[in-house]
Amino acid sequence: MPTDSHFNRQAIRESSPIPVTINGQTIMVQPNDSVAAAILLSGIEMNRRTPISGKKRAPYCMMGVCFDCLVQINGKENIQACMTKVEANMDIRTQNGARLIHHDLNPS
Amino acid sequence: MYISENQKSSDTCVIGGGIVGLAISLGLLRNGHNVTLLDENDNGLRASRGNFGLVWVQGKGDTLPQYATITRQSAKLWKPFADHLNAETGIDIQLEQKGGLYLCLSEDELQARQAMLTKIQQAAKNDYPFSTLDLAQVREFFPEAGPEVTGATWCPEDGHLNPLLYLRAMTELFLKHGGKLVHQGQVISLKQQDKDFTITTQNNTVFHCGKVILAAGLGNQRLAPMVGLNAPVQPNRGQVLVSERVRNFLHYPTGHVRQTGEGTVQIGDSKEDVGLNQGTTLETMALIASRARKMFPILKDLRLVRAWGALRVMTPDGYPIYQQSLSNPGAYLVTCHSGVTLGAFHQGPLADWIANNDFDPAWEVFNANRFTL
Repeated sequence: MPTDSHFNRQAIRESSPIPVTINGQTIMVQPNDSVAAAILLSGIEMNRRTPISGKKRAPYCMMGVCFDCLVQINGKENIQACMTKVEANMDIRTQNGARLIHHDLNPS
Repeated sequence: MYISENQKSSDTCVIGGGIVGLAISLGLLRNGHNVTLLDENDNGLRASRGNFGLVWVQGKGDTLPQYATITRQSAKLWKPFADHLNAETGIDIQLEQKGGLYLCLSEDELQARQAMLTKIQQAAKNDYPFSTLDLAQVREFFPEAGPEVTGATWCPEDGHLNPLLYLRAMTELFLKHGGKLVHQGQVISLKQQDKDFTITTQNNTVFHCGKVILAAGLGNQRLAPMVGLNAPVQPNRGQVLVSERVRNFLHYPTGHVRQTGEGTVQIGDSKEDVGLNQGTTLETMALIASRARKMFPILKDLRLVRAWGALRVMTPDGYPIYQQSLSNPGAYLVTCHSGVTLGAFHQGPLADWIANNDFDPAWEVFNANRFTL
């Protein structure tokens, strides 16, 4: 795990870590982490760019109301990272702008 | 902007700080009036915050041609008004007027709509653009239209805007041009002595003015009789569903579904008579969502992020009331349920009437005496 995160994990009873990838980079996380916690611990500086101005955003409220932590998970866009628990080998990617609705419906 | 002293005086007081009161206030400021705008407080019913945002022409005024006329007049005045708001405040209210569609889900619905619009067209001596589209033609506008869509009516004068940005832009312009915005609770008394109106609010603040405009939405029902007017308005609830932001795929507004400049899809058009209840119900939300999915099956996987109910301000016939009091000259009543569509008209010709006693006799049909005669 990168060491330049601004966040430190509180002491917990640790389980066996599981791997997830964030923008292709593998990191090890605790099985009860939310995707948002994993992002903050990974040290990456943002999880999305906003639809209008393209500004950077990171997880903020951590409780499902602010929608700033939107990411792509396993190919699905606009997922709230703070409301989603990590799973082994989950593919987490930066959300760039608004979701493309056509993608999910007509995969080709 | 809070007024600390107990007594205040200005040329004109406008009661109601929603989109109707603000548009009139901007027009009065433009005419050189000094204006105080009394906006209740956050307990207000605030219809302007629940608006769908259509600048809508088609179908308006099927039983009153003069309503179709002012609707189209306002639609034509909208572009310069929006440009003015943008130039003065830097806020782009996302006005788009390149036409709109009303999608129908049965042949009967489509035929009834076509008949209604044909009637308006005849009343306007054929100067009323619309056309009826079949599904194939609808798909030229919306490739995503579902197989259950039987057709649509199209009007090139329809459009939409972002109603919250519109409210904010008007508020900023009002303050920039010296308007006074006060939040002192409901107006509890309104009296005229000689030519001077005295207004007292819940917080016991007193305002004096030479003209008073009632633009308080449903509150007008209670206020109008204080100055010899009659505002038989009733609440009618609409529920609106709001989605996550997705990349723009609806390039035209429809009567039920539209996409905002930020990518949010708004879905609405329910009508319920439930008194002052502003809540939402699962049953109605499900009905709205189901209709929208028939129109655009692509919405199936769209995530909804919130919903709200808001109360329309409806007169018995659905048309506005524009009237000066006979018993209390200088008191004016302005109420309508299409505050967005009529915004440019309110800011322009209607405010000019109040400022200059420049009444267009054609607006006589909007007198509330039509409900009692």
